[in-house]
Amino acid sequence: MPQLWVDKHRPRSLEALHYHEGLSARLKSLANSGDFPHLLVYGPSGAGKKTRIVATLKELYGPGAEKIRIDSRVFQTTSNRKIEFNIVSSNYHLEITPSDVGTYDRVVIQSLLKETAQTQQVDLAAKQRFKVVVINEAEHLSRDAQAALRRTMEKYSPNLRLILVANSTANIIPPIKSRTLLVRVAAPTKEEIVSVLEEVAQKEGVMWRRKLAERIADESGRNLRKAMLMMEAVYAQNETVKDTTTIPPPDYEALISQIAEDIIAEHTPARILLVRSKLYDLLTHCIPATTILKLLTFALIAKTDDALKADVIKWSAFYEHRLHIGSKQIFHLEAFVAKYMRVVESWLMGMEF
Amino acid sequence: MASSFFDLKARKAAAAAAAKEAVPTTAAKDSQRLVPWVEKYRPKSLSDVAAQDHTITVLKRTLQSNNLPHMLFYGPPGTGKTSTVLALAKELYGPELMKSRVLELNASDERGISIVREKVKNFARTAVSTASASSTSQYPCPPYKIIILDEADSMTQDAQSALRRTMETYSRITRFCLICNYVTRIIDPLASRCSKFRFKPLDVENARERLGEIAEKEGVRMEDGVVDALVRVADGDLRRAITYLQSAAKLHNPEKYTGTDEQGDVEMEDSDETSGKVGEVVTVRSVEEIAGVIPEDVIDELLKAMTPKPGRSVYPDVDRVVKGMVADGWNASQTVIQLYNKLVYDDVVTPDQKCEIVLVFSEVDKRLADGSDEHLQILDLALRISGIMAK
Repeated sequence: MPQLWVDKHRPRSLEALHYHEGLSARLKSLANSGDFPHLLVYGPSGAGKKTRIVATLKELYGPGAEKIRIDSRVFQTTSNRKIEFNIVSSNYHLEITPSDVGTYDRVVIQSLLKETAQTQQVDLAAKQRFKVVVINEAEHLSRDAQAALRRTMEKYSPNLRLILVANSTANIIPPIKSRTLLVRVAAPTKEEIVSVLEEVAQKEGVMWRRKLAERIADESGRNLRKAMLMMEAVYAQNETVKDTTTIPPPDYEALISQIAEDIIAEHTPARILLVRSKLYDLLTHCIPATTILKLLTFALIAKTDDALKADVIKWSAFYEHRLHIGSKQIFHLEAFVAKYMRVVESWLMGMEF
Repeated sequence: MASSFFDLKARKAAAAAAAKEAVPTTAAKDSQRLVPWVEKYRPKSLSDVAAQDHTITVLKRTLQSNNLPHMLFYGPPGTGKTSTVLALAKELYGPELMKSRVLELNASDERGISIVREKVKNFARTAVSTASASSTSQYPCPPYKIIILDEADSMTQDAQSALRRTMETYSRITRFCLICNYVTRIIDPLASRCSKFRFKPLDVENARERLGEIAEKEGVRMEDGVVDALVRVADGDLRRAITYLQSAAKLHNPEKYTGTDEQGDVEMEDSDETSGKVGEVVTVRSVEEIAGVIPEDVIDELLKAMTPKPGRSVYPDVDRVVKGMVADGWNASQTVIQLYNKLVYDDVVTPDQKCEIVLVFSEVDKRLADGSDEHLQILDLALRISGIMAK
């Protein structure tokens, strides 16, 4: 079965992990200590949080944890609305993404976790007495759902261990933080990315170009998954790969840098209109508005005078916040574009207006 | 029974005798060690509760008077609210009777208005079960039940209003104990029906004492200053401090517990005395890492990058440092707190500048709480502070 390199070469056990050896050793000793705590694993995307969790599960339960299936369950809310929810599970663990169901996540957390926690491990041959529930995107859990987690974690600790996965711990309420062991997974450094890429290149039997790998590592922004995908794309698109082969950016990034150029070239209402259609294009392709704004900001910053950089960042941060509390994303993206034009223009004319 | 009911001395003697009889068996030890230390060292009696002297004195007095008001416990997390009420219930009823006399509901239970109407009301109106002779001889066993509503601030307004009448109607046979972090989220009619007890954050002395005690009992080896570091990062939250201590001990000393053998039974190795191998010592740094505290040098580097430099922009430096911090996964809100502590106590910054800087901090904190992108916000924070300092 053809697989992406990213999945094909994903390390399956704690020993096979490439970097953060100290962390892997600790996870291993925790898994073997018989008293596994609740974990809160956080770090930027592409740092290897999930890989580490899967490897830890394997360490806990043996290869059985890798046999996964997907179930669909129906939950009923208090207002009798039925919601469907997908659960990835093995005999020993469950994996859920409660943010899929939006504001109903509390119902899912309450009923599912209780049900899981109240039944003991059925498999007598299992290595651990408890089951593990992995909760993805824990930072998007609503306050209610997090409050519901609190007591569950204490009450059912003999039967249940939680692993929360989050990009940041900012939105996790303190009571949860105080009940879990915080595990920080830092993004790999450039050298670490290069060495991983080298190993993959060897396994795949493709031409190894160090310079190219270094450039990929640079471009990826310390995101290993992205680096791996970029490398596969480069090798798939070119028959012979040289050190100087261009790395094709993802389509949306190409479009965003084009928008940035449009904005810089001309500061007129007509240009805003032109940019608007491109922004809509991005939004309809499900690129998150935050990503668009961030990439756009950094694309603009690179071509802005030093004196204005702090100002541009200020407004970018301002509108990014608006994106979260507002309801219609395009307004805030456009507002940022207009604001940028205005800031630059007023600086060029040398007066405030 | 009425004669022995008020005979506190005899009861205490009986309780002590009962406690002595319960010699811990190895089986009990096995299940014990899988319990988080927070649960293991939960205060068993009211006198064990740390640092809430005023509340405890008042409660003890009500214990003797044999009449309990409705209670409302409030205070920050980890100060012993739940522990106190559980200890109180235990002193009143003893472990056996507690099962039938106490109903504990918390936010993990469904607690909408329907539950208040059915479960709570049904429990409240059932007649008080008669206590067996053995429990009455050891415990007061007053003729009422207790309903504990933990995390009551997450109950809806409607559910709270539905409680009002229930509390009054059945007050003869039922007492309520509401526990919450924010007393303002409890509707006034409920609050006025309860006597309020405020739990203050633990002071350093008490927290240190309790942590030292636990560390000693568990045989955790620590380097100097670890207890202080724990107290510092926990910020008055004893539960957090204990959890951190346990995690740190586990990280450094997993060998203390052997793994599971083939039958799935857990064995404990008496590593303390017999095995010659000495476990690792818990370090201050590992405690900080567990707590998510950013190392000083990272913050210092950011501060250095932020310091205005004559003749050139700070942007490239700040951008580089912030990018590194984001990639290393350092938490933005933690960055905000630590940076704030540094700047506010920095004498180089003038008071006027501090005023402006604090404004920026408040804004960024709000935005982070709203779920804004951490990278942009921290970058904005750093650049704006830098701009203010350049003035």
